[in-house]
Amino acid sequence: MTNYKSLYQEVILDHNKKPRNYGTIESPSHHAVGHNPLCGDHISVDVVLGDERINNIAFQGESCAICKASASMMTTAIKGKTRAEAETLIQEFLAMATGKLSHDACPNIGRLAVFAGVSDLPTRVKCAILPWHTLSGAFNAVATTSTEAEQDPMHAPIGDA
Amino acid sequence: MSASQTTTKFQSTSAFDVERIRADFPILKLTVNDKPLVYLDNAASSQMPQQVIDRLVRYQTTQHANINRAVHYLSEIATSEFEEARRKLQRFINANDEREVIYTSGTTDSINLVMHGYGRKFIGAGDEIILTTLEHHSNIVPWQMLAEEKGAKIRVVPINDAGELLIDEYEKLFNERTKFVGVTHVSNALGSINPIKEMIAFAHARGVPVLVDGAQAAPHTKVDVQDLDCDFYAFSGHKLCGPTGIGILYGRAALLENMQPFKGGGDMILSVTFEKTTYNTIPHKFEAGTPPIAAAIGLGAAVDYLSEIGMDAIAAHEHALLKYATEQINTMPGVRVIGTAEHKAAVLSFAVDGVHPHDIGTLLNQEGVAVRTGHHCAQPVMQRLHVPATSRASFAFYNSMDEVDALIAGIRTVQKIFT
Repeated sequence: MTNYKSLYQEVILDHNKKPRNYGTIESPSHHAVGHNPLCGDHISVDVVLGDERINNIAFQGESCAICKASASMMTTAIKGKTRAEAETLIQEFLAMATGKLSHDACPNIGRLAVFAGVSDLPTRVKCAILPWHTLSGAFNAVATTSTEAEQDPMHAPIGDA
Repeated sequence: MSASQTTTKFQSTSAFDVERIRADFPILKLTVNDKPLVYLDNAASSQMPQQVIDRLVRYQTTQHANINRAVHYLSEIATSEFEEARRKLQRFINANDEREVIYTSGTTDSINLVMHGYGRKFIGAGDEIILTTLEHHSNIVPWQMLAEEKGAKIRVVPINDAGELLIDEYEKLFNERTKFVGVTHVSNALGSINPIKEMIAFAHARGVPVLVDGAQAAPHTKVDVQDLDCDFYAFSGHKLCGPTGIGILYGRAALLENMQPFKGGGDMILSVTFEKTTYNTIPHKFEAGTPPIAAAIGLGAAVDYLSEIGMDAIAAHEHALLKYATEQINTMPGVRVIGTAEHKAAVLSFAVDGVHPHDIGTLLNQEGVAVRTGHHCAQPVMQRLHVPATSRASFAFYNSMDEVDALIAGIRTVQKIFT
């Protein structure tokens, strides 16, 4: 069985404690709010997309460490990329986190490989992918997105009682 | 550890042979992440002793057929065991009459049965239904559906910061339009034990029937429906060391007889023509189709098992676990108990400063400790107490003081990782 502690590595704990690009941007070109109704977590993502590149990006919200670190590292990875590069990275991250691709098979994943272990934790995958879903929603002008949305490949209920 | 805490710990273990009881539960021998399993998610579902597992195997290997139908040997024995289990459950809750014990698929099904069978017939436009902030979603949503259908209104009893119902406010909610009360016996999210006997008496003085959601109470305390004088009492088998897919609705016979059937089908009829169908008598009127026979018989074995240990002994041991765990948590900086009602069942919801419950749940699991994290299907309570979610340890009589220590050590590990 996976050592879950490996997920809580120094880099994730650090981004949770000191999230980068945390806050909002006054007039973003793209904006979306993501929500995980199962745990109540929610984050907002603001993007300033220039002619060629993502000039600025910020996030804000209430969430667990996995979600917050994922969002923080997403913003540092995305800033300065073209939209096409960002979309590729979103696809790679979602594929890695959901266990469809190993991190070795994701050429652009870089330090985000620390989230590979989340694919062994079905109840925590949604925490890691919420920021990426939200960014994707912002690019596609979907104002609010949810981990429970019908089109979500991870759409599946988590237990109740 | 102080001397007084040590005393608390060992007094209760000597009075109750928890190791002997644990030996009855094969699943408790599991290891998770190379650590002994510490199962503290009993409010979600309890584990099953070998005695109940054996009863299921015996039924399935020597007694199974459909009930209430054929004249052959197996059908007769299955029917008789199924009805014997009903009488065991009748005794378990001290119902006056076995016809008042209806098999359902669980608490949710029981509440929906009352909503459809009683609510749709007797609650109309402008009528009011009283519920409480502490309800599980399963005792909220069916009534909202009814209110929407009929144009009825839901009134909600508030709680204080400790998670106790404000009884003065409850009494003020009554008026001539009040037609029904739904209240949980024990809060699943906080463990608060509600003063339901007094609440029922108050409602009855105004001619209003009361449904009690007993899902969290039946496993932990002696339930006497005649003493409570409730009209309906709903609970689930799988929280009571029994199988999933079986639950009970107790209903007062006079009310059940006047209610509409919930589901139509076989077994719930006396005669059927295309012109007219005559419904069966209670409880069969509410048991359409082939029921979960094995599960019902397994639940009968489960309440035998619990009765042999004694519900009072179970409650005392669980109370000792809760007291010890609460004392330990109260000594830990940065950890606070959510729900501090004076009267509590063995549910311990807590928050750790700066750590999200989901992270706590994942890291405790790494230590082999199973707790529930989230809103516990009780979002109104969470909103009222201004917490998005909590971590919840819920104890059963087979938990030990050492397992409380494992929980506390696990929380310390979480805090260490997050500092």
